[in-house]
Amino acid sequence: MGDNFTMRLPKPKGLYLDRSKTITFVFAGKHYQGLQGDSIASALAANNERLLSRSFKYHRPRGILTMAGRDANTLVQVEDEPNVRADTYAITEGLEVFAQNVYGSLENDWGRFIEHIGRFLPVGFYYKAFYKPKGIWKYWDTIIRNFAGLGKVDVNATPYASDKAYRFCDVVVIGGGPAGLSAALQAANAGAEVILVDENQLLGGSLNYVRFNSNNSQTLLTREKLVNAVTNHPAINIYTNAMCTGWFADNWLAIMCEQRMLKLRSQVVVAATGSIEQPAIFRNNDLPGVMLGSAAQRLIYLYGVAPGKLAVVLTGNDDGYGVALDLIDSGIEVQAIVEMRTTPSHSSLAAAINAKNIRILQGYTVYEAIPGAGKRSITHAVIHQISSEGTVNENSHKIACDLICMSAGYTPAAQLLCHSGGQLKYDEADAILKVTQLPAHGQSVAAGSLNSVFEIDAVLADGKYAGWLAATNAGFPNNEPANVPHHVGAQGQNYPWPIFPHPKGRDFIDVDEDLQVKDIVNAVKDGYDDLELVKRYSTVVMGPSQGRQSALNNMRLVTKEANRSLNGITITTQRPPYSPEFIQHLVGKAFQPVKHTAIHYRHLECNAQMMSAGLWLRPAYYGNPENKDTCIEKENLAVRNNVGIVDVSTLGKLEIRGPDAAEFLNRMYTFAYAKQLIHRSRYVLMTDSTGVIIDDGVACRLGEHHFYVTATTGGVDGVYRNMLRWNTEWNLNLDIANVTAAYAAVNLAGPNSRDVLSCLTDDIELSAQQFSDMEVRTGHIAKIPARILRVGFVGELGYEIHVPANQGEALWDALMKTGEEFEIRPFGVEAQRLLRLEKGHIIVNQDTDGLTIPQETNMGWAIAQKKPFYMGKRAIDVMSARSLDRLLVGFTMPSDAPLPEECNLVVNNNEITGRVTSVAYSPTLKSIIGLAFVSPDQSEIGKQFNIKLSNSAIVKATVCPTPFYDPENKRQEM
Amino acid sequence: MKLMPCPINGLRNISEFICGGEVETMPDPSTGSDQEWAEYLFIENNTKGVVREWWMHTPTSYWFIAERNTETEEIIKTYPASDIFKQRVDFTQNKS
Repeated sequence: MGDNFTMRLPKPKGLYLDRSKTITFVFAGKHYQGLQGDSIASALAANNERLLSRSFKYHRPRGILTMAGRDANTLVQVEDEPNVRADTYAITEGLEVFAQNVYGSLENDWGRFIEHIGRFLPVGFYYKAFYKPKGIWKYWDTIIRNFAGLGKVDVNATPYASDKAYRFCDVVVIGGGPAGLSAALQAANAGAEVILVDENQLLGGSLNYVRFNSNNSQTLLTREKLVNAVTNHPAINIYTNAMCTGWFADNWLAIMCEQRMLKLRSQVVVAATGSIEQPAIFRNNDLPGVMLGSAAQRLIYLYGVAPGKLAVVLTGNDDGYGVALDLIDSGIEVQAIVEMRTTPSHSSLAAAINAKNIRILQGYTVYEAIPGAGKRSITHAVIHQISSEGTVNENSHKIACDLICMSAGYTPAAQLLCHSGGQLKYDEADAILKVTQLPAHGQSVAAGSLNSVFEIDAVLADGKYAGWLAATNAGFPNNEPANVPHHVGAQGQNYPWPIFPHPKGRDFIDVDEDLQVKDIVNAVKDGYDDLELVKRYSTVVMGPSQGRQSALNNMRLVTKEANRSLNGITITTQRPPYSPEFIQHLVGKAFQPVKHTAIHYRHLECNAQMMSAGLWLRPAYYGNPENKDTCIEKENLAVRNNVGIVDVSTLGKLEIRGPDAAEFLNRMYTFAYAKQLIHRSRYVLMTDSTGVIIDDGVACRLGEHHFYVTATTGGVDGVYRNMLRWNTEWNLNLDIANVTAAYAAVNLAGPNSRDVLSCLTDDIELSAQQFSDMEVRTGHIAKIPARILRVGFVGELGYEIHVPANQGEALWDALMKTGEEFEIRPFGVEAQRLLRLEKGHIIVNQDTDGLTIPQETNMGWAIAQKKPFYMGKRAIDVMSARSLDRLLVGFTMPSDAPLPEECNLVVNNNEITGRVTSVAYSPTLKSIIGLAFVSPDQSEIGKQFNIKLSNSAIVKATVCPTPFYDPENKRQEM
Repeated sequence: MKLMPCPINGLRNISEFICGGEVETMPDPSTGSDQEWAEYLFIENNTKGVVREWWMHTPTSYWFIAERNTETEEIIKTYPASDIFKQRVDFTQNKS
């Protein structure tokens, strides 16, 4: 083993470790050994490897900063996954980890030369330097993006299965630390159903790694008691390794588990997300070996790794003394405690340090860390006496060390709270950001250090109170109301000004984005003196850690430079997600509902090629795709010359019943229905209140008070809503039902359709005299109760047969069997579209758009002028009085002309005057036919106009009257 | 995601609803001026504050009225449309 595991600490340190299992993995090309439970960074630290990455801009060496997955220093590539946080990502056997943003090797990154020209790269540099001459950005863009890269996305990465789960509870507790645990327990004991979410693998939060008292055994007892009680409580559902990434309106939370996203709705949310330790600002505060005090404690307690050998602790609060005690306990020599405060600490922790004769430099700060070879480590801390806020005097010491731990204060982890409307404000007295407002929507409680409560007994009491309040608000009043805890407050937790700019710089405010004090100062000098503006100009707090370590010091610096008071200042807007999310988790399982008609499987048996029509699947044509055109042509000719059958079950179907049914249709549709005869059908055209065509179909009068109305496949839901909406306002005496799915329907069309049908019915007289075009009958087809409509959509003798959906297949079978001797042929949507185009019938939303009024499509005939009202009447009246801008016309082209596509433009002297809406080659007419919008002066029959094809070629089309086929409608009236 | 209290279905995710726009009074189609109609069709009040809107619970096709604060996004109350639309509405031909 040799030097391996030199930094590993003995039990009981290393809460996450299973020491019986050794794991080998690869980092930056070298093999390392770690233990089961190690993260990438802790395993490397155990091997005394401190270098994890190169910084974003200057390619400076970086190592562990937070040990909590909260900084960009630890971003590495794990196999095909970029931007993995090495300090929290668990190692597995054979795991391959690569360094990111490195040129050459991590050890010897030639990208680091950029640092030497750094003084030519001031803040706002991109905006200033790369935009002149015009167009030069394109060139620089590629180079800069290559240099400031993060990981590599592998487009061939294999996705894994992920899904979503929906959870509901009375109280959700975010954060399994001392406050969260006691809140969960209290709420569950009150009878509430509780979900507890924590991002770590073990519950306990700060109880797992923070020394609250000089004797830590009490903390460990508290932890064990709480964790056991919570784990064994039947009403508490625990999610560990789960990250709450967003808190949305009415307590709707997004929680990312390993391969699943939870969407959680809770009556009350207890936010116990804790706080985030803040760095101090001095020269070279970014190098490996400089870390937060809590990072050192996490390494020791969670991973059993000594963070260094020779330490200096820089502190501005009592917690630094706890860190020093933990270091000493781990066999690390603490050279000095550098105490920024001028008055000695009276805490028990400080007393314990004093008893150990550790040197305390009161009123001093670390002014500079001296780097070792290649800046991959540090060798000394240069200590200066503080003279005033942010400045030092000449009294100095140079202390040898390979580790500087920083305890300068905290900022509440309030991001989630802020997503949902919570607010933070800077409290100058305590030099800390405090939660001043809870989310506006949905009930919530904040607890623990998020709530500016730090002393352990106060935290536990605060959590207990939060749990009681949450349960009470969720409808579980507790018999023994917890006392409102006396908040000790955050006094003394934050050192107010841990920012010591160095004349030679490298005093990083934001390590993610390589921003130094002077960058922020210059941004303010450039006029960007508001936090939101500084953020966008300098990119401060915009890096992967989203300001977790930089927002507080940045806000202090900006307000000072802008000569404003810090008191009451709020942070920049926080938006979800709190932590990176996999898009795959957001997508989950693809869930695309499809609707099948009752006859769906018969189509498949006939080798139909199915296509989507809204949510429905419909046969496009029958046959093999390589013969598509031939299939469609044969289907077309079968209808024209013989008999065809098409499944039209997807048509919208509405029942309108009641004494006011006709009056209602009069209002909803443009035509007149009051005098419509029973057993007759009539075209319906719906316009919206601005006169635009939105749907069409036919209305069949089945009785004095009963209409059966069809609507388009895609439009029926909207039509139905519209009808309900208006009758809610009008209070007419009728009932509206959407029976689309209740009926299956086929259109039997072609000159031989009557012969086929006559074999299957004995209660409907089918002769042209008895049952003429546009008439409706009810009766039986193949003993199935049916409504039969004579319609001419495809321009041949035809019967639309509507039957109860559960008998659709039987109807199809009967018609196909009887049709056998006539060589009946099923036809699909493609042939149907062509057949109707030959008849010049429009399809709403294909031959119309969001501005088309009936007059533009020559449908003035479908408007009843004498009605007092129909939807859109007033708008149509106004527009009819004006000249039209365009008209829908039929056009033809020779059969050998290039076939235009739908939406090809109609042009006239380089001006767009319209577009093609439908076009196809007609095998019946042996020419190309289509519909197009053209300007009124192009619309005269016989005139030619130009169509610009997709390849920009211009072809000529001739305006022609519609219908193209059987203009006198004799065939459908047979 | 917000919750919407439906008068008959109770609290449901707002993704189950569609908004039908503000409750507006249609000018008399036979006597109103073109100007009035144009405003009715195209001019939205876009009120900052409490608005009264049509909402529909789509799975049950139920239209109702919601009063909502556009500034705070608070849904103040919802109730059946019959609370405000009690009378049958008829249109008469302009005799002029």
